[in-house]
Amino acid sequence: MTDKKDGSGLDAVDEGPISSEESREEYVAGKGDPSEHASVAALMERFGDAVVRHRVYSGGQHVVWIDPEKIHEILSWLQTDPDHRYDMMSDVTAVDYGGGRPINVVYQMFSMQHKRELRIRCELPLDALEIDSIVDLWKVANWLEREVFDLFGVTFKGHPDLRRILMPEDYAEGHPLRKDFPLRGRFSRAEQTRRALNQNVERFYRAEDLGAGHEPQEVAAVEVGTPAQGDEVEDT
Amino acid sequence: MARKTIELEVGRGREMGVDGNPSLSPIAPFDIAEPDMSTEHMLINIGPQHPATHGVLRLICELDGETVKKVVPDIGYLHSSFEKLGEYRTWNQIVTLTDRMDYLAPLIYNCAYVMSVERLMGIEVTERCKVVRVILMEMDRIFGHLLWLGTTAIDVGAFTPFLYSFQERERIYKLHESLTGARITTSATRVGGMMADLPEGWTQALSEFLDTFPNTLAEVHHLLTKNQIHIGRTQGIGVINGEDAINYGFTGPNLRASGVDYDVRRDRPYYDYETYDFEIPIGEHGDCYDRYLCRMEEMQQSVGILRQALERLPDGPINVADPNISLPSKTDAMSDMESMIHHFKVITDGIPAPEGDCYFAIEGSKGELGMYLVAEEGDTKPVRWRVRPPSFVNLSVIAKLAEGHLLSDMIMINASLDIVLGEIDR
Repeated sequence: MTDKKDGSGLDAVDEGPISSEESREEYVAGKGDPSEHASVAALMERFGDAVVRHRVYSGGQHVVWIDPEKIHEILSWLQTDPDHRYDMMSDVTAVDYGGGRPINVVYQMFSMQHKRELRIRCELPLDALEIDSIVDLWKVANWLEREVFDLFGVTFKGHPDLRRILMPEDYAEGHPLRKDFPLRGRFSRAEQTRRALNQNVERFYRAEDLGAGHEPQEVAAVEVGTPAQGDEVEDT
Repeated sequence: MARKTIELEVGRGREMGVDGNPSLSPIAPFDIAEPDMSTEHMLINIGPQHPATHGVLRLICELDGETVKKVVPDIGYLHSSFEKLGEYRTWNQIVTLTDRMDYLAPLIYNCAYVMSVERLMGIEVTERCKVVRVILMEMDRIFGHLLWLGTTAIDVGAFTPFLYSFQERERIYKLHESLTGARITTSATRVGGMMADLPEGWTQALSEFLDTFPNTLAEVHHLLTKNQIHIGRTQGIGVINGEDAINYGFTGPNLRASGVDYDVRRDRPYYDYETYDFEIPIGEHGDCYDRYLCRMEEMQQSVGILRQALERLPDGPINVADPNISLPSKTDAMSDMESMIHHFKVITDGIPAPEGDCYFAIEGSKGELGMYLVAEEGDTKPVRWRVRPPSFVNLSVIAKLAEGHLLSDMIMINASLDIVLGEIDR
């Protein structure tokens, strides 16, 4: 069993000094050739400015970051253009890197006709978590976007029924998959129990639950870092 | 792997005898003029604690008489925030969360997760490991479909297939137990290999299962496929055409029942699935009956794949040789200094990942099961671990499928989707 030879440590002694004149290109992980993927090349050609970045990760998976403003236009083009025909929207999800960095909304697509995969990502700054809904293009996005809204707090403009899906509708602790959300929740166990006991159970049997003319319920906003009076917030 | 269309010599329609010849329907159509009771719609609530919802699912239905006008599924009762928990665990520790999602086919989830991590890190597993994982995944495909078969049959009043399928499931449970020590929470895989190699005599036990299992399948076929009650309850119920099925995100047997020829195993092959000889059953009408036929045929095909895999199962190590990924053997860790250090480092630090993200999809028993991982340079825990849940997406279509059907048919539609709530709620 030997340690990895990565050119550092004692091995560097044999190589000798590196010439200082030689300009070394800055190393960027995942930098790839866009022409390897027909759709990426076409995207760059057609929507030049809207394509922010392109990377190849995990052995040939092409990822394209695009301008969130153009998301609906680009995805609708990818869905209908005969050279691409991404008819399958496999997944819509989001990534929060934490530390105030933008939240990424991720679209995972597959073209059955061309047997081609593509991943589109959009960066949304934390103070403008809004993006166009694609439910009119793919019906599958309905629940997937609701889940992103529920767990990350990203608003999808034009979504027909944007309300929480996994968490209860009156959940007041925020959006659980955000990095600033503590693992055990914002409220203490005592507060959580109190809220559970004080629930009006009748509201689970309202006709409005059917969604017809349903208005999203206004939930009392929680200010992060200011726990309810007399409560101790458990931080993990 | 040719396209296969299921053709049965039975006609479609309610007025058909057991042997396929036309006969009088035993159920007399009643044609009684009903008084106009009311134009009001009724709201009824099914679940979350109801056996016909196959889990902790709540369905709120708006009824006009007995006709479903609208269904609103309410989910989240089993939410355990697995994805959030995953962000606090190292790569290998997450394996135990995956089998708690789909407790009906846990090994498929175990395998899908580590395959995604390996793709992210660029790890190539050994040949033996590949074949072993194919065996486990196909075995659990049968395992998952059997549960679906039993519970769905019971939903439309057929009790015997339930007993048959659970008898067979018990045999797979025993195989799980001898391999992993657990019956449901298997956690059998590790990044770069398996928790343990197959125990002695395991392949023989599996062969014995494969020898007798098709007989049971044939018996269930005999009981259900031409059963007039079953046909009456399933044909023409919950129909969706191929184009809609793609747009609504259907995958797996549900999609194939609508006539769309798409299987991840063939269209985005992994683990040399392209070298196995198997057929992909395609339905025609996209109703509950075709979904039933597709799953029945899939079990038959899985038996074939399992036989081929057992035949080609190579010898050799099951874990990759890289000491930064796999744990050393117990003997080495106790006697060799270097191995002990590696053991300690892998356990305490975990395995560092490169920067990037990875989406890896496999054909699960319920549909396309994708694992999406995001990591930054050197991370031993994921920044984000996302499961692309096939049942979640399939369930979202129920509102469209059940509209206009009878309430009792909605139960059948819900059953035919093959959902597992552990994975829907995560």
